[in-house]
Amino acid sequence: MTERETVVVTGLGATTPLGGDVASTWAGMLAGHSGVVRLEYDWVSELPVKIAAPAAADPVQILGRVQARRMDRCEQLALVAAREAWADAGAPSLDPERLGVAVSSGIGGISSTIAAYDMLNSKGWTRISPYTVPMLMPNGSAGWISMEFGARAGAHSLVSACASGAEAIGYGIDMIRSGRADVVLAGGTEAAIMPLNIGAFAVMRAMSTRNDEPSRASRPFDKGRDGFVLGEGAGVLVLESLSHARERGATIHAIAAGAGYSSDAYHISHPSPDGAGVMAAIGRALADADVATEDLVHVNAHATSTPEGDTLEAQALAKALGPAVDSVIVTSTKSMTGHLLGGAGAIESVAVIMALKDGMVPPTINLEDQDEDVPIQVAVKATPLRKRGSAPMAALNNAFGFGGHNVSLVFVAA
Amino acid sequence: MTEQEILEGLGEIVEDIAGVPASEVTPDKSFVDDLDIDSLAMVEIAVAAQDKFGVEIPDDQLKDLATVQDVVNFVSKNTEA
Repeated sequence: MTERETVVVTGLGATTPLGGDVASTWAGMLAGHSGVVRLEYDWVSELPVKIAAPAAADPVQILGRVQARRMDRCEQLALVAAREAWADAGAPSLDPERLGVAVSSGIGGISSTIAAYDMLNSKGWTRISPYTVPMLMPNGSAGWISMEFGARAGAHSLVSACASGAEAIGYGIDMIRSGRADVVLAGGTEAAIMPLNIGAFAVMRAMSTRNDEPSRASRPFDKGRDGFVLGEGAGVLVLESLSHARERGATIHAIAAGAGYSSDAYHISHPSPDGAGVMAAIGRALADADVATEDLVHVNAHATSTPEGDTLEAQALAKALGPAVDSVIVTSTKSMTGHLLGGAGAIESVAVIMALKDGMVPPTINLEDQDEDVPIQVAVKATPLRKRGSAPMAALNNAFGFGGHNVSLVFVAA
Repeated sequence: MTEQEILEGLGEIVEDIAGVPASEVTPDKSFVDDLDIDSLAMVEIAVAAQDKFGVEIPDDQLKDLATVQDVVNFVSKNTEA
């Protein structure tokens, strides 16, 4: 068997509640800004949740109205992030058959689905946009991105709710390792700030109702947390084989060292109380990356600010890492961006890579009184990273989804 | 409605939906070959044309409307009465 191809990250793109690109998002994270606001829509009055974290930059302004009107908002955001990542990678020229896409969404084009259904009921089927199907399908983003960059090695969308973005990145790593592609645009997107989604999550009692204090509502690991805040946006990485990146002299942001997966097989929406699935995903990711727990310096947790999920993750992390957890700085950037569902694993991968590059972990804002059941070290302010041994710094990104999907990704400093 | 008025109205629709400048929407142009309009955008253009000109364009006739002049003729003929 030939030696496995090393996969590196050569491009980053993000459009988030904190900013329309990676630079503004990262600056907002380090500064501890919140992207959560009070919603001004009329429908808010009918719902118990009146806050969310909308994307900071309107993708319609960036793409232009003619292109944007054929795309769902989640697809628009994905394309914006993909363009940034592609430009950041130096717009590599390569055989289209060697360029792949792996971009997912947890929900798909929900605003387009609802708009089409409203039109069907009010004016009949002939008035539905003929782009409705491509707008509602969760693989639409991957399709549009493949067209934009002429990617013919395959365009994929693995859907695993809130783990989708991370799972897409794992799939992208596999595409390169298995020799199917030299370069892959990989990430996740979501645009689900709609009354149906908010109502549906609210009826599960999963969302924060801290409506009078939007910027303080998302507070992972804090005793006062009362649910997640819905965010929207997209993140895309350019993954590339090390040999291809070297050949063209590309800037390497980090090594996409490995991915680990597990499934709880326990409950459709509750995490397994023993944390075994989370521990398995973390352990498998570290093994896949060939990274020792002692080399791990940072974790961007899934921690969405739900009472149950945050403690279970923290405890599983502590168990999975053992004594090494004491030297790991954990954060949840969802405290600032809200929870981007299928976009979460992707923008948090961008945050992990920036943390390794800058040697700085962004804070978990609103962590005023850490839950005593959270036995890990969480950054309450921007915190510098320190190498622990001779090996390069490694960091982990967790993403979990309804359905019991657990994904962990490992990145290593370049 | 004169043919010129129909042409101008159609130009506005095509610019709005497909982003092709109205000035390029001239009678001899083929929607598919010259204006790069796909079948989905053509459905949108047909619906907008029905609203704007008050005509019905049945599916079996829509597929025969290949050029800008074809649409102008169709609208002109069906709004005479």
